[in-house]
Amino acid sequence: MALLVLWEIASRSGTIPQRTLAAPSAVLTTMFQMIASGELPGNLAVSALRVISGLAIGVTAGLILALVSGLSRAGEVTVDPLMQIKRTIPTLALTPLFIVWFGIGETPKIALIAFASIFPIYLNLYSGIRAVDVRLIEGARSFGLSRFELIWHVILPGALPSLLVGLRYSLSVAILVLVVAEQINASAGLGYLINNARDFMRTDIIVVCLMVYAVLGLGADWLVRIIEQRALVWRPSNVAS
Amino acid sequence: MDARLSFQADRHPADRGQNSLRAVPEPIVRLTNFTRAFGDNVIISDLDLEIGKGEFVVLLGRSGSGKTTLLRTLAGLDDATGQSVRIPGSRAVVFQDARLLPWKKVWRNVALGLRGLTGLVRDKAERALHEVGLGHRLDAWPLTLSGGEAQRVALARALVREPELLLLDEPFSALDALTRLKMHELTLALWQAHRPAVLMVTHDVDEAIALADRVLVLDQGRIVTQERITAPRGERSDVARGLRQRLLSALGSGAEHASVIPFRQSHEAFA
Repeated sequence: MALLVLWEIASRSGTIPQRTLAAPSAVLTTMFQMIASGELPGNLAVSALRVISGLAIGVTAGLILALVSGLSRAGEVTVDPLMQIKRTIPTLALTPLFIVWFGIGETPKIALIAFASIFPIYLNLYSGIRAVDVRLIEGARSFGLSRFELIWHVILPGALPSLLVGLRYSLSVAILVLVVAEQINASAGLGYLINNARDFMRTDIIVVCLMVYAVLGLGADWLVRIIEQRALVWRPSNVAS
Repeated sequence: MDARLSFQADRHPADRGQNSLRAVPEPIVRLTNFTRAFGDNVIISDLDLEIGKGEFVVLLGRSGSGKTTLLRTLAGLDDATGQSVRIPGSRAVVFQDARLLPWKKVWRNVALGLRGLTGLVRDKAERALHEVGLGHRLDAWPLTLSGGEAQRVALARALVREPELLLLDEPFSALDALTRLKMHELTLALWQAHRPAVLMVTHDVDEAIALADRVLVLDQGRIVTQERITAPRGERSDVARGLRQRLLSALGSGAEHASVIPFRQSHEAFA
């Protein structure tokens, strides 16, 4: 709070020029103007759609791959080495390749987000499946559960906490990649707003967009927390509360 | 010392101890010449065991005597192909750690693997939980249970299957003494009500004496002695003393502490 006040005073007195950083009051005014004009909600929706579609594809792929490699020996031999290779490639380094493949429209942006969000899901779910307490599996097996029942009642619920950790990572990676992907020749979205603002040295708009990114990140975290509270009610910390 | 010698003699295949293991009417478990080894490490060798219908057998043994391996075989958890092993189809195990699934409510843990309509299955599970005195914790999460409660749930989960053979793997060793006594009473009551054959593994001699029809002592993969207890439970204090002595010495028979130099000898060495 004190920082905001200092910042405001510095801006008003001219210590921080408008071109370097807009005053908080100016940022707020701009934000309300952008909301009122529909500029911010419209572009936010475009960005959100990119994240959601990218995540949907990436999370689904990650889930399937992790199940295949976590639940079967053959799957592990086929999938895991590939995933480990994939892990060593920084997703953003693929941007040029994706532009060549998919052009400069929506596809490379969504593809990048999807590609980046596969791995956290895969890695966490896979290790979650492998880390399920063998004593629980054995106990359940002694009661005559079939393999499918074993997976459904024991292995998947046991791996769920890890999956949710993976989901949280995936969400934050998706937003990170969104920021970069939107710098590719976008004609709409938060990245487009930022690029435009940069060209016109509108630091107030840039700050507004940064705030929106932060809110997106917080929102994603909150979402996973809600899911966790619902899905992991059996945990002592949740039971107590 | 005499007792110890005689128990060591028991370890020869042709002795009376081994023969009497076969003298069980209507055996529902029968292992003949059962051997189990991991690599060169022989865990159980040439073991014969029969358990009669409704019989309460306690298996005593020190750590590493092979008792858990034997129990796993009887539970069908270890593959025993090529061996002469007969075990009933309906079995249930209570493990030392209750092994409840923490993400399933207590009654669902009891109902695990039961087939049928949800309502009927729930009724069955509820009845079993009432029987072990946990009717009020049907919808509790397992991680909120005390150790004794968790073991009661594990007992209910085993009994709801109406097993012919109930296997108990040191089920009470992690409980405090008072809870353990209560669990003994409960176990006996449930056994008398349902009459499964029971094989209970423990290293607690008093527990064995309090519960068993027959006590077996396992050492280095062989049954080195067995005691049949005919006195009714609760009136065993007269026989307990002698029995305890015999069982303890049987348990100690393999434990010649080779690496420990007896005090007298070292004393002599200095003299």
